[in-house]
Amino acid sequence: MSVDHALHRLYPIEQIRSDFPILARPVRGKKLVYLDSTASAMKPRAVIDAESQVYAEEYANIHRGLYYLSERATARYEESRRTVQRFVGAAHAHEIIFTRNTTESINLVAASFGRRFLSAGDEVLISGLEHHSNIVPWQFLVEEKGTVLKVVPVEADGSVSLESFAKALGPRTKMVAVAHVSNVLGTVLPVAEMIQMAHDAGAKILIDGAQSVVHLPVDVATLDCDFYAFSGHKLYGPTGIGVLYGKQELLDAMPPYQGGGDMIATVSFAKSTWAPLPAKFEAGTPAIAQVAGLAAAIDYVQQIGLDRIAVHEHDLLSYATTRLNQLEGLRIVGTAKGKAAVISFVLDYAHPHDIAQILDGCGVAIRAGHHCAQPLMAQFGLPATARASFGLYNQRSEVDALVAAIGKVEEMFKG
Amino acid sequence: MSEDLRDLYQEVILDHGRRPRNKRLLETANHLAHGENPLCGDKLTVFVKVNGQGVIEDVSFQGQGCAISTASASLMTEVMMGKTEAEAAALFASFHALATGAPPPDAAGLEDEMDRLDVLAGVREYPVRVKCATLAWHTLQAALHDQQRVTTE
Repeated sequence: MSVDHALHRLYPIEQIRSDFPILARPVRGKKLVYLDSTASAMKPRAVIDAESQVYAEEYANIHRGLYYLSERATARYEESRRTVQRFVGAAHAHEIIFTRNTTESINLVAASFGRRFLSAGDEVLISGLEHHSNIVPWQFLVEEKGTVLKVVPVEADGSVSLESFAKALGPRTKMVAVAHVSNVLGTVLPVAEMIQMAHDAGAKILIDGAQSVVHLPVDVATLDCDFYAFSGHKLYGPTGIGVLYGKQELLDAMPPYQGGGDMIATVSFAKSTWAPLPAKFEAGTPAIAQVAGLAAAIDYVQQIGLDRIAVHEHDLLSYATTRLNQLEGLRIVGTAKGKAAVISFVLDYAHPHDIAQILDGCGVAIRAGHHCAQPLMAQFGLPATARASFGLYNQRSEVDALVAAIGKVEEMFKG
Repeated sequence: MSEDLRDLYQEVILDHGRRPRNKRLLETANHLAHGENPLCGDKLTVFVKVNGQGVIEDVSFQGQGCAISTASASLMTEVMMGKTEAEAAALFASFHALATGAPPPDAAGLEDEMDRLDVLAGVREYPVRVKCATLAWHTLQAALHDQQRVTTE
């Protein structure tokens, strides 16, 4: 058996790619090379079908409907919650709250936990590589309640050291909120240790898992984090659906985030009482079809296996890193050990926007800009970077296409 | 390389992007403004010296940006040199129309300048890049109106 054949049996990339209809479409007359899964991932047929199947066959508003379709839709919605529960290893299904996305999950915790448990002078600790969605919600509390936002600095290679983290943790730290994986640099933060250290310091800790659930297996019970947030659309699932995992005792102690239907037990004009978890945090009609799509996405990645996906992506990352490092004038930003399959880079002869534009003309989709992490960019002294990121459907030939397209940029801008 | 990209990155643009004209501090400026396009992190400052007769005696810029925004700033300083403030406003309106594909306003007497700027017309095919091309222009407008800061977000 040839090596190629053996590899193919381990990871049938052609078959996997054929599961994603959009990968077959040409872009600007070229074969699409999609290297922007960190921004949003493409959807397999199973996800598209699950969502449309809800609308075509089992759709009605969920909860309280006294008829067949509502019962079916409700059952599927709650079954999907259990799929998510098993996926992240939560003890209870009602510890899984459906939100719009990671951003809303973090806002929920900042608003609700913050309102109840944080007061003037209390410190919220984040890292220097956070996405804006894990910075701005905590800044609201600084203005509203007089809390203090502290930042653990990022090292030159893009890592966050436990020494710096330990130094920044203090007696007034009440909440720690950090990314598991950096969306710009791919750095994997040592969250297991950070969770332990935060707890030892008496703080609660939220993990922004937007970039991690797609790259590595996550188990919130083993991690022992208090909150874990992620989005469906980066996990090959639909847009408009996100997840907040929270420990039951914390979610129970927190006030509702939004008021409305579904989240109440009783309502009178004098006073209302709240429904138990998870309904307390799911006011209004939720993203019913998207929840089914998210469950289908989880089934899909689990069928391939997150471990195998991680091996495949790591192979792409090391191949891409080697190839890119051979290019003169190219510098990779973020070189922390054990990083995820995200490569930010700059060229000394072309601006990231021009790079992305030329690459687009070659059918290669990458992102250029500050990646919603302006403070991190400022620390590295860069206005922007170009970023290529890899998903489960990418292959080595696409790294070759990226390298060839960068050759076009060189041709145009060095000429 | 596709034809579309060659339209966008014409030789003139690449040349101004590599060797921008009037990219310097203007110590005698009596107007200046800072422009920023937060989306791409482009930042520039436009300096203008307007004399007592309302004529732009000198104009320059400093800052960082992509090839399109740098070339546009460079070309802008060239066509603005020696223009009255009224002519500058007319050029701004005409250039804005050129970059966005809107119907061109009357630019009588400024045909040569508009011909020179035509190399930037390719950006209208790329909505995200229109902001790159117009950043310096918005910043010049702000400087002439004594607004300190402008953003194309």
